[in-house]
Amino acid sequence: MPEVLIPALDELEGAWSSLRDDPSFRVELADLLRDFVGRPTPITHATRLSGELGYDVWLKREDLAHTGAHKINNALGQALLARHLGKERIIAETGAGQHGVATATACALLGLPCVVYMGEEDTHRQAPNVARMKLLGAEVVPVTAGSKTLKEAVNEALRDWAASVRNTHYIIGSVVGPHPFPQLVRDLQRVIGDEARPSYAELTGGDPDYVLACVGGGSNAIGMFTAFVGSPGVRLIGVEAGGTGSELGRHCSSLTRGEPGILHGALSYLLQDADGQIVQTRSISAGLDYPGVGPEHAYLKDSGLASYVSATDDQALAGFQALARTEGILPALEPAHVIGWLLDRPLPAGSTVLVCLSGRGDKDLDTVREALDP
Amino acid sequence: MMPTSLEGVLRACRDRGDRAFVPYVTGGHPGVDAALLRGLERTGADAVEVGIPFSDPVMDGDVIQEAARIALEHGTRPVDVLETIADAELGVPVVVMTYANPVYRRGFDRFVADLASAGVAGLIVPDLPVDEAEGLTAVAETHGVANILLAAPGTAPERLARIGRESHGFVYCVATYGVTGSRDELAATAKQVVAALRPITDRPLLVGVGIGTPAQAAEVCGFADGVIVGSALMARVLDGDARGVLSLATAFRASTGT
Repeated sequence: MPEVLIPALDELEGAWSSLRDDPSFRVELADLLRDFVGRPTPITHATRLSGELGYDVWLKREDLAHTGAHKINNALGQALLARHLGKERIIAETGAGQHGVATATACALLGLPCVVYMGEEDTHRQAPNVARMKLLGAEVVPVTAGSKTLKEAVNEALRDWAASVRNTHYIIGSVVGPHPFPQLVRDLQRVIGDEARPSYAELTGGDPDYVLACVGGGSNAIGMFTAFVGSPGVRLIGVEAGGTGSELGRHCSSLTRGEPGILHGALSYLLQDADGQIVQTRSISAGLDYPGVGPEHAYLKDSGLASYVSATDDQALAGFQALARTEGILPALEPAHVIGWLLDRPLPAGSTVLVCLSGRGDKDLDTVREALDP
Repeated sequence: MMPTSLEGVLRACRDRGDRAFVPYVTGGHPGVDAALLRGLERTGADAVEVGIPFSDPVMDGDVIQEAARIALEHGTRPVDVLETIADAELGVPVVVMTYANPVYRRGFDRFVADLASAGVAGLIVPDLPVDEAEGLTAVAETHGVANILLAAPGTAPERLARIGRESHGFVYCVATYGVTGSRDELAATAKQVVAALRPITDRPLLVGVGIGTPAQAAEVCGFADGVIVGSALMARVLDGDARGVLSLATAFRASTGT
């Protein structure tokens, strides 16, 4: 990370290490998560899908959180943190727009001005979310560099922050970026698994055999996995975006196909060429379209505590349709990768499977319609 | 050829009562060739900084981002930039600027060995702060390459002391909050960073980021040991105006009073 940002990162680390266990902060956040976000989110038994697959599939319904995805858990927590830090302005990056919408929402709630950087390509792919952010009072800045997607939006947010760091907090949207962000975002997202594990146990009398989540930067997966890491008998599987093929540039499978490297202040797996240039990525889901991944996922992979697989655009589309047809739920294209991966029945018959359904699919209707009926 | 000791050159410059002028250009961009580097030396530059382009230059503003993009689009690889540097056979020290990932990807030792064999005297990696730089600094030292650290507005006093101790060659004093690119006025923070470092380190203190005009460079030379100018020159390169680059560099050189 550039030296100019180090003081802010140090300040953030200090503030978070005292606030995360501060009783009044915890109550303030917990009240908002209950009364504003609608937590806890339910767990739904996917009865008809289970029947078709021969698994026992349960869905942690982050799609039912306010704004339609898990992103609000982090955005709200960090916006509160920013207020405690005395920051007067919020910036964020967004890919699919869910983090941008969540941040704009948190800022509207707390009365903070908000600027969201979004790759120009993504502003077209996710036009409804651009409209939402604007209605919520945020300024949306299209980023025209490079592949015009999430990576460039992060670059631009970091450049803004380098200039504005004295009065601005950067609400990063995933478990990526420089320390303490990966840890901070995990702390704010772990509510997903902390709710899911006891709820699941109450419903079924134990732990699931498999816990699955999609992985782009990896925030919903870390949020879900943290409660289960190291539990004997529970296998954690992250599903990355396989795009349209296995060649570099056609997917975003950093963990399954990348190599170690440094991007946005973190050492993790990256999609890069022989000289360390970060390559273009592609995925049907803007939210997974990132050439890196949170460093904690790299650790979980290397230590064998979690394993990672990849599902293609076509699998994601199939998953999208399957969940709609069997369960009456339109998933976001991101978690649709998980459903799509399950459709090939890669797990032993009769397995119990808990899936983090990280968001709802309304934002993706245009993309899905275009892909299914070009 | 043996690399010239960067710090030796800059200290000698200061001891003479002169201020150093260090122009920056993005390697691999059309027009940035050995002839241009020699031209920059002839303007009287005390050292020349050459960028190895990176896909995600978060410390760079519009001009150098665009230059890096074009250089990469032309297929520029680190080895090409080093070849240009070696071909130029400059008499003044050459400093390479790039980002952490290309260095990490090649391997610290191999990357620095490549630099040394091209005759490069110093290295700037702006996204590798002092806390992360120790390994690279040590490896660079064994190859006679100075790993140059940055100090920024807002850097805490104890960090400044560490940066002063562990930076080799000089301390790169970031003039302003933000990324590279010309500004209308010289930021007040430029003088503050230099003033904070001066009592705690004897290293040469060079100021860069946001120095857009010879007048601003002259102002910097009132309190610093030298000035680094990048975006203003690269804007001319982007315009395809190679002669304009050298005349502007000459004007910067003149403004620093040597």
